Amino acid sequence: MTFSISINGTKHDVDVADDTPLLWVLRDVLGMTGTKYGCGIAQCGACTVHVDGNPLRSCLLPVGTIGSRAVTTIEGIGATEAGAKVQKAWLDREVIQCGYCQSGQIMSAAALLAANPHPDDADIDAAMAGNICRCGTYVRIREAIKSAAGEA
Amino acid sequence: MSSKHAIFSRRSVLQSGLAGGLVLAFPWPLRAAPVNEPEQPPDHPDGQFAPNAFIRIDNSGKTTLVMPQAEMGQGVYTAIAMILAEELDADFAQVMIEHGPPSDKLYGNPLFGVQVTGNSNSIRAFWDKLRNAGAAARTMLIAAAAAQWQVDAASCTAANGKVTHASSNRSLTYGEVADAAAKLPVPEKPKLKDPRDFTLIGKPLKRSDTPNKSDGKTIYGIDAMVPDMKFATLVQCPVLGGKVKHADDSAAKNLPGVRQVVVLDDLVAVVGDHMWAAWQGLNALKVTWDEGQNAKINSADIWNELRAASQKDGVVAKSEGDVNKGLAQGESFDAAYELPFLAHATMEPMNCTVRLSPDGCEIWTGSQVQSRAQQYAAKAAGLPIDKVKVYNHYIGGGFGRRLEADMVASAVRIAKEVSAPIKVVWTREEDMQHDVYRPAYRDTISASLSNGKIVGWKYKVTGSSVLARWFPVAFKNGLDGDAVDSAVDMPYDIPNKRVEYVRAETPAVTTGFWRGVGPNNNVFAIESFMDELARKANMDPVAFRLGMLDGTPRLKAALKLVAEKSGWGSPLPPRVGRGVSVQPSFGSFIATVVEAEVDDMGEVHLRRVTCAVDTGIAVNPDTIMAQLQGGLIFGLTAALWGEVTIEKGRVQQSNFNNYRMLRIDETPPIDVHVIKSGEHPGGIGETGATAGPPALRNAIYAATGVPLRRLPIDRSAIASKKA
Repeated sequence: MTFSISINGTKHDVDVADDTPLLWVLRDVLGMTGTKYGCGIAQCGACTVHVDGNPLRSCLLPVGTIGSRAVTTIEGIGATEAGAKVQKAWLDREVIQCGYCQSGQIMSAAALLAANPHPDDADIDAAMAGNICRCGTYVRIREAIKSAAGEA
Repeated sequence: MSSKHAIFSRRSVLQSGLAGGLVLAFPWPLRAAPVNEPEQPPDHPDGQFAPNAFIRIDNSGKTTLVMPQAEMGQGVYTAIAMILAEELDADFAQVMIEHGPPSDKLYGNPLFGVQVTGNSNSIRAFWDKLRNAGAAARTMLIAAAAAQWQVDAASCTAANGKVTHASSNRSLTYGEVADAAAKLPVPEKPKLKDPRDFTLIGKPLKRSDTPNKSDGKTIYGIDAMVPDMKFATLVQCPVLGGKVKHADDSAAKNLPGVRQVVVLDDLVAVVGDHMWAAWQGLNALKVTWDEGQNAKINSADIWNELRAASQKDGVVAKSEGDVNKGLAQGESFDAAYELPFLAHATMEPMNCTVRLSPDGCEIWTGSQVQSRAQQYAAKAAGLPIDKVKVYNHYIGGGFGRRLEADMVASAVRIAKEVSAPIKVVWTREEDMQHDVYRPAYRDTISASLSNGKIVGWKYKVTGSSVLARWFPVAFKNGLDGDAVDSAVDMPYDIPNKRVEYVRAETPAVTTGFWRGVGPNNNVFAIESFMDELARKANMDPVAFRLGMLDGTPRLKAALKLVAEKSGWGSPLPPRVGRGVSVQPSFGSFIATVVEAEVDDMGEVHLRRVTCAVDTGIAVNPDTIMAQLQGGLIFGLTAALWGEVTIEKGRVQQSNFNNYRMLRIDETPPIDVHVIKSGEHPGGIGETGATAGPPALRNAIYAATGVPLRRLPIDRSAIASKKA
């Protein structure tokens, strides 16, 4: 089947089965490899993208369910105010180590800040607990979110 | 530079809260493997100054630094570039970084003789070599400029990629003298900088690799794209070591997007238009397995074998004084500690992209062992080594898993059956169930106490030898030096001691290096037992240790500092405890305090972690902090939950739902204090993983009085209410 999906403001036509998760459409069909595969069962958050601004796990998101909703990926999040703030804070605080999970971390953090410009620790926990970082960058992720929110 | 290389632009000066001062953010141009990266300008074709394998300067002045080690998050590209650029006096903001190609000869780790990024020894092993490489290049560039000006080289100086003759107010860029410098002999013992003159080393500089990792541009092995490639995923026998008996691929082949099914003796791979198609094909396969001899093995059998083996006398790794006489003095105590098998669970699952032609093989992957990957590919492809190219990539987590090249060999074997280039990506389930696992260990220790000090110490390590399989040349006389590394280097002043090792290969399970390697086990056993002995001696755990650390003053200083910073000794609520551990491992001296609460149901809540580290010269102090913060979480994760179990030869854990990771809401504040030091740099990547578990175990001991002797933590043993 052919689907027309809007990714980072650009229309893309893809010809795949409708149950194909968006993750693999992005990575293997469109070559947008910033979104990562980590677990395939929505346990790690490495594949997080925004659909109409909501953070979703693209590994379990069938492409056929997206319709006209706008998809934003790590490649495009810098164009949003919250995304740009988060990316800057991530670099200012030197959050990133191996970096593999960080596309997903940044997407989750950007969605948090867009919805809640001044999150407290509990808000950060709730928004970020679905993203695993095996390098253990959580301490700096928390600092960076606070920094991006202008609170540290 | 052309404007399309936006990455070349200089970012503004950023305020760093970590160092309390101004830190330059260096937006380095990156130069990664030749796939899928933004187009990079080639080195200037007319000339090139390449005095060694690490440095190239073309006559436009472009300076390329070639990385002998792999970057897997530990910050080593930045640190290596800092060392090279420091001695080279390069313009640090303009240097380019390039992934090193496979070569033991050019890029072999000086401690191993082969190309390997592991054992926390990139910086401590390459320190002298990199400084020499940079200094030799600088010396030659200065000499070339001095010759052109007909002045004494000693009257010239170098800085920021330029040679200057101050008294005549002349200067030449490195690019302008590159051709002339290339004609000069390479000095063998160039004059190194006085560390007091370092301008880069010791500064908390921004990392080279993080900007591209923040916006999805970085290309990991799993992101490699080759024209006309297909995507493949594979399944191996659920029973470790089993083989394919028969594969019915009729349903799989009919699925949309599935192109081919490849059946080899030990795996079945499905090739498709994308990973999802291949994966759907995998699910539709009906494979009958020859499960082999491991089909009856359970974890209980493995532990019984380990426990029986630990009764044997071991090979002596160290002996000082008279251990029997020492143990006969004072009061003696015994304990046995057990650590489980662990999976690596790197966030980036195993993968390898292969393009075969009749006379060549190209590999795109992220490896900690580039030359070994090349060798495995050559053997699998049936080609000479020099026909195999390996394009190494940024690594999405190594932790020792990518010290193996099995994923390269199997990808090449699959590729031989497919007419297109293929990218093989393992599912998380395959990754977790066909790992090489951190060995299960059993440690038995006997010690005797007299007047608050240990007078006899006998420690035996029993477990699989990773070294014997992975690097047999280093496995000598039955002794695995890694398995006893921190047992031999035990820091305490004890007059009579003996360390033994029993190699016990566990059935079914292939073992591998895991972050923290041998010391991970040693430090857990030693530091757990130290706390039990302190209690026997009626002494505070910190005071008990301080009384026996005169021979290791750097560790003693770290322990004093961490006690002060952690508020050691201050009152705590009920069922909250502080635990300490110290380690002299990997050339770094580290003391750690974990504060944790044990609730009535036995669940453990981390409250705070404090760490003091003397790692010698800290090339990039911010990276030292980051590595400890992250390493501690890695180790604490394992202590809290990590265990791979075997039933009927099958690994029972399969994904992050049943192989638990610490998450942000469970992560406490972690404060790392870096002690200033002028000593030779130590290793750091492994150390946090080693430090966390014993400190947590001792915190639980302090909180509950229960001396846990196994990991992961047994909640039922420390609950005050029974569920």
